[in-house]
Amino acid sequence: MFISIFGAFESGIIYALMALGVYLSFRVLDFPDLTVDGSFVTGAATAAILIMNGQSPFVATIAAVIAGFLAGCITGILHTKGKINPLLSGILMMIALYSINLRIMGQSNIPLLGKTTIFTSITSAWENANLSAPFNSVVSALGIPGTPKTWAILFFSLIITLIIKFITDYFLKTEMGLAIRATGDNEKMIRSFSANTDILIIIGLGISNAFVALSGAMIAQHGGFADVGMGIGMIIIGLASVIIGEALFGTKTIARTTLAVIGGAVIYRIVVSLALRVDFLETGDMKLITAVIVIAALVTPKILDSQRERRRRLRKKAEVELAALEEGEKRNAAT
Amino acid sequence: MLQLNQVFLTFNEGTMDEKKALQDVHLDLKRGDFLTIIGSNGAGKSTLMNIISGSLVPDTGNVLIDGSPVTHLQEYKRAQLIGRVFQDPMAGTAPSMTIEENLAMAWSRNKKRGLKPGVSKKRKELFKEHLESLNLGLEDRLTAKVGLLSGGERQALSLLMATFTEPKILLLDEHTAALDPSRAELITSLTAEIVDKFQLTTLMVTHNMQQALDLGNRLIMMDKGQIIFDVDETEKQNLTIEKLLNEFQRIRGEKMASDKAVLG
Ligand SMILES: Nc1ncnc2c1ncn2[C@@H]1O[C@H](COP(=O)(O)OP(=O)(O)OP(=O)(O)O)[C@@H](O)[C@H]1O
Ligand SMILES: [Mg+2]
Repeated sequence: MFISIFGAFESGIIYALMALGVYLSFRVLDFPDLTVDGSFVTGAATAAILIMNGQSPFVATIAAVIAGFLAGCITGILHTKGKINPLLSGILMMIALYSINLRIMGQSNIPLLGKTTIFTSITSAWENANLSAPFNSVVSALGIPGTPKTWAILFFSLIITLIIKFITDYFLKTEMGLAIRATGDNEKMIRSFSANTDILIIIGLGISNAFVALSGAMIAQHGGFADVGMGIGMIIIGLASVIIGEALFGTKTIARTTLAVIGGAVIYRIVVSLALRVDFLETGDMKLITAVIVIAALVTPKILDSQRERRRRLRKKAEVELAALEEGEKRNAAT
Repeated sequence: MLQLNQVFLTFNEGTMDEKKALQDVHLDLKRGDFLTIIGSNGAGKSTLMNIISGSLVPDTGNVLIDGSPVTHLQEYKRAQLIGRVFQDPMAGTAPSMTIEENLAMAWSRNKKRGLKPGVSKKRKELFKEHLESLNLGLEDRLTAKVGLLSGGERQALSLLMATFTEPKILLLDEHTAALDPSRAELITSLTAEIVDKFQLTTLMVTHNMQQALDLGNRLIMMDKGQIIFDVDETEKQNLTIEKLLNEFQRIRGEKMASDKAVLG
């Protein structure tokens, strides 16, 4: 139990990068970008092929980020210069990327077992210093059975994700960031203040897909393989994370929202891993579970709201009736 | 400063919906001129504004700002020179962003947008000073979302955002039309104040004749895509609503007569 939740937490932190990318496109730019399914794999594929050919995993990961950025830019160009509707631009790019990803990999699956990844070197340094021991002793002291193999991956991923989060927070408050947000909020307005909204959309989608590709590259190195089909449904997982996070943790400020998105990604992973422990559900049901989680996350707040509203009305009605009753009694007493 | 020569624009040419929105429009404004524009619905006033701002490109004719042609300069580039306030109070601001963030975006109008923080301490002070001049207490609500402001407050903010970088030209298209009379009054007086303060070359469309007479130093009347009446500074001083209406009837009558003559 603990081990599987730990694993979910670990991968949730990595998937959170993808969710931050989805937050940038869907929420900040108000652009429903479906490139994600493709660019996630592009990141994984680029990193995997470079690592397989003996490149340093850090160089490979940076190359993946650049590849994702370019993919996002192309979606942006399709939309702004080609005047293609946002959904369609993303779908076209997603389809195109499927073939491109196959080309990058040269085969449909690249195993990375036994290769040096960004995680292996850090994990061995971490374990040599025996840094997992204190955490494990805390876990056993709490009486939880089972200890994870290493804490290095969790902390390393957390640091990367938090760095990206802080960069995003900062960026969205810069002059360019403000203009990108305004492009999603009121495009006509920001254009009347001399902002080139086409370029801003292209850059925004580039950054968004760069994050997605970074996530893909890390997931490939974490899971030990890149597969051409690993991005299917990724956009829904990203959306689920954004929606769950926003609903649970709020959106008061940007810093709060990006934190919420990370939280949403982790919670999504935990819910899925718990659901998979239910006996009659199997791995193939993942996508169905995802759909149900997203629907629940979308519908529940509305139901809660309308219930709260109904209770408020009932209370109001009771107050009015009570007041009328008292009024009547007073009059009776007077006569 | 601003010049329009022989501007023609027809919508949906050659179809059933063909609409001659602008026909042979000439305009020449000097620096600091404040032009008010009146005319019935569909006269082409907004189209004229859109031609100047670059949202629309004329079929023929050209637009010059400070002597250099901008007819085909893209809207966002031209926006460095032109401030705009729209009729819809929702249109001029980004509702989900804060007052200070909106001001910061407006402040970057004629600067490169880079990776420096949009709202710095120094800018905050500057924004506060400017907001104080509106007398709406907005200077104490810098971090409030603009979506929470009333229509009048938003329009005042839009006006400030459009003007405080001192653009070469200010376009106001019925910017008080969506407000209640007292708010409209307030925005009108703010407009007069701000235009005077920055000595902006201004074009203002309005359906309020009194407003058109009270404000500015020049007035034009538009009808069916043409400027049918052009009043200069001295004439404008002793113009009244009544004279304006009479003039309109007279020109209309003449025009109808001449149309009849042409049509036989
Ligand atoms: N994009 C467009 N496509 C087709 N016709 C248009 C378009 N924009 C404006 N028109 C037509 O051009 C004419 C002039 O419109 P315009 O908006 O300039 O009028 P206006 O003087 O601003 O009127 P109002 O006082 O109602 O705002 C109208 O008949 C309008 O229907
Ligand atoms: Mg109009």
